Amino acid sequence: MSADVYLNVAVGGILTGLVYGLMALGLSVIFGVVRVVNFAHGEMMTIAMYIAVTLFTAFHLDPLIMLVPIAAVMFAFGYVLQKRLINPFITRPEYSQFLLLVAVAIIIVNLLLIAFGPDAQNVQTSYGYDSFQIGPLIVDATKLYAGLAAIVVAAALFGFFQYTRPGTAIRACADNYTGALVVGLDVKHLYALTFGLGAACVGAAGCMLLLIFDVTPAVGPAYTLLAFVIVITGGLGSMPGALIGGVLIGLTEAMAGLLFSPSAKSMFAFGILVLVLLFRPQGIMGKRTAS
Amino acid sequence: MNALLSVDGVSKRFRGLVAVDRVSFEVPEGGIFAVIGPNGAGKTTLFNMVSGVFPPDAGTIAFAGERIDGLPPDRICRRGVGRTFQIVRPFPALSVEDNVIVGALLHRRHVSDARSHAHEVLRRLDLHDKRSQRASSLTLPDRKRLEVARALATDPKLLLLDEVMAGLRPTETDRIVAILKGLNRETGLTILLIEHVMRAVMALASHILVLHHGAAIAEGLPEQVMRERAVIDSYLGVEAIA
Amino acid sequence: MIAALTEGISRRAALLLVALLAALILAPLFAGDYLLTVLILILYFAYIGQAWNIMMGFAGQLSLGHALYVGLGAYTAASLYVHFGIGPWLGLLVAVPVAALAGAFIGFLAFRFRVAGVYFAILTIAVAEFARVGFDHLSWTSGSSGLFLPVKQYAHNDLWLLRGHPAMFYYILLAATVLAVVFCRALLKSRVGYFWLAIREDEEAARSAGIDVFRYKMIAVVISAAMTSFAGVIYAFYYNNLFPEQVFHISRSIEIILGPIVGGIGTLFGPILGAALLTGLAETLTAALAALGIDLPGAKQVFYGICLLLVITTLPDGVWPWVAKRIGLGSRSK
Repeated sequence: MSADVYLNVAVGGILTGLVYGLMALGLSVIFGVVRVVNFAHGEMMTIAMYIAVTLFTAFHLDPLIMLVPIAAVMFAFGYVLQKRLINPFITRPEYSQFLLLVAVAIIIVNLLLIAFGPDAQNVQTSYGYDSFQIGPLIVDATKLYAGLAAIVVAAALFGFFQYTRPGTAIRACADNYTGALVVGLDVKHLYALTFGLGAACVGAAGCMLLLIFDVTPAVGPAYTLLAFVIVITGGLGSMPGALIGGVLIGLTEAMAGLLFSPSAKSMFAFGILVLVLLFRPQGIMGKRTAS
Repeated sequence: MNALLSVDGVSKRFRGLVAVDRVSFEVPEGGIFAVIGPNGAGKTTLFNMVSGVFPPDAGTIAFAGERIDGLPPDRICRRGVGRTFQIVRPFPALSVEDNVIVGALLHRRHVSDARSHAHEVLRRLDLHDKRSQRASSLTLPDRKRLEVARALATDPKLLLLDEVMAGLRPTETDRIVAILKGLNRETGLTILLIEHVMRAVMALASHILVLHHGAAIAEGLPEQVMRERAVIDSYLGVEAIA
Repeated sequence: MIAALTEGISRRAALLLVALLAALILAPLFAGDYLLTVLILILYFAYIGQAWNIMMGFAGQLSLGHALYVGLGAYTAASLYVHFGIGPWLGLLVAVPVAALAGAFIGFLAFRFRVAGVYFAILTIAVAEFARVGFDHLSWTSGSSGLFLPVKQYAHNDLWLLRGHPAMFYYILLAATVLAVVFCRALLKSRVGYFWLAIREDEEAARSAGIDVFRYKMIAVVISAAMTSFAGVIYAFYYNNLFPEQVFHISRSIEIILGPIVGGIGTLFGPILGAALLTGLAETLTAALAALGIDLPGAKQVFYGICLLLVITTLPDGVWPWVAKRIGLGSRSK
């Protein structure tokens, strides 16, 4: 195969990886602040994807255009979930929280299964088959738009945390829970806010991914696992790490799919996970050491 | 008297902060050795190195003639060094009795043997009638004694006590002091303790080491050490000896 | 030995146990075909739940990839039978070590490198997933198209080859579950059991009390894996077909943990009660829906999810401790 093919596949992988990174960013933010391992992350994204699919099928609304409203809906969902259900579990043992979210994940996946059935659904946008030619590169329009959208949303999130008051307050919470309480921050609200933001990230990422992949209820758990691989590889709690991890996994997946068989590509992701867990559990950008 | 524990030139730094600076001392067999000093002086870090939580950056530690620096905590415990934690760590869901049985099982194959030994230890520590209670339901003084009981059940030759009197009322303190003195007298148990409660230190210690900013500034018999200028200035204050 | 095992069991508890056992032994005589399959399923999950409980309830290690050991047991025994005609009881001699080795491998990687808690759980998921995709490409076990065991009409029960009436499987699983409970109780009261509890409660404190934490965690993982693989062998010979996509899927791993969690992690009867409750209620739900003419794939799973949610939020110690208190069996072994 010529170098061109490799290059195209690689670029496609990187762009997809940016969206993966955005998805993982949500997980990382939630863990970094609320210290909850959101095992229902991919499942939440699937909700967003199905909302987008329904809106497209019914009203021909492009997922990228619906990105903001869908993200807002997911934000509300995440906020309420955290405040009402998850919050009492902050002080419980780790496995308890984990299992709580496992339960939520199971419920989401199967409700979606009941509502939409097991068959794959997707959106066929008008630019679905378009591509751009940049020199020797041929880039799919869908991947390009998705990747760019991911960068924009991620940047917005970074900006929020760096420059706004609630963002700074959240970072304070993450750094020092007791300190935040002492200075009068409403930590419960901030936690819910953070979870909502993580959910919004995942909602946005879902809209973008829908341009590239189909959705079935079963992709939820698969994306959850993928998000974990990315976040652990990039560094749990590190925002840039999530993006870097995402790009890395997107790239690896694409190349593995090209060089070996497409179905084996998830094996690579898991292989990377095992290696990271063993040799560098804090991930590429991680600051904290595991446990 | 032989030295049961020899600490020689031991140092530890944490990223630029020197926590322990070339400390050397010997704990004689059968003695009660106290390490005192202001907070942050490096006492618990020293303990952590002796008990194997982390290795020293420099220096050696020998127990009963054999080097133990760098060994993991469970190996060191098996050689005969028991320890308690500053913030007590009982096994919360287990009963008092079961907590101590865990310790007793270290050198005993059968649970029945471990149980009888545990009962003996519990009687010594005045916890026998509370043996069926869950560890998490105990008061702080009881939990402290449980911590000592569990460590004692492992048949140590050297017992490391990390601020075991902290947070106790004077009557409680006296109770534990009496138990420890009894153990030392009757079984020859060697004790190395970190303490802030001077009442306990003076009642127990046959030797004292004073640490300040990680370094040893005084060592010797209690009466001498307490009068040294450096010790008074850095830690005790003039009122303490008045 | 018997005295040690039965120490602490009140007369009341003993009578209840005997009654329960008698009921279970007689059940196939009265149960119809459908009910029998439900009972088999309950015993299957009760048994595996017990095996999983050793790792989690006793040693405190959360495994979300236990389907790996079921699959390894199943595939090893099944392929030995399909390719070489080796019966399942002999196949067990290979299947158990294979699963035990896999457990040891995971344990070694995890514990040597201090992978704990949630990270450990994710590691177990990853390995199971790896196996799922891997077996899809393994031609010796027919990959993704599935491995099929030759089925003959059962005129009589062949215990050696595990061919025959479901009742045969019922009694095997019943015996296995009973043995598992006895075994677990013996373990809990033994030196190993105490060390496991200590590790579960506080690893660092356990280490300071002289416990070789690595060694005892490894023992828990290996025993758990080995026990689980037996269930895998039974699975293979009962269903007579294996697909990697199903056998190793994370849903299987989650089904395995539901029983013990709902019933009560770390207790002896938790996994059994949990399996009975969940499977029993789920089947009732499915039957009720069918009677109403509704076919909802996924309804059962939603039910499981809701049960898990309810138990975790309201009865975190599980249903068994609550039941035990109500029927006057104060539990001394936690």
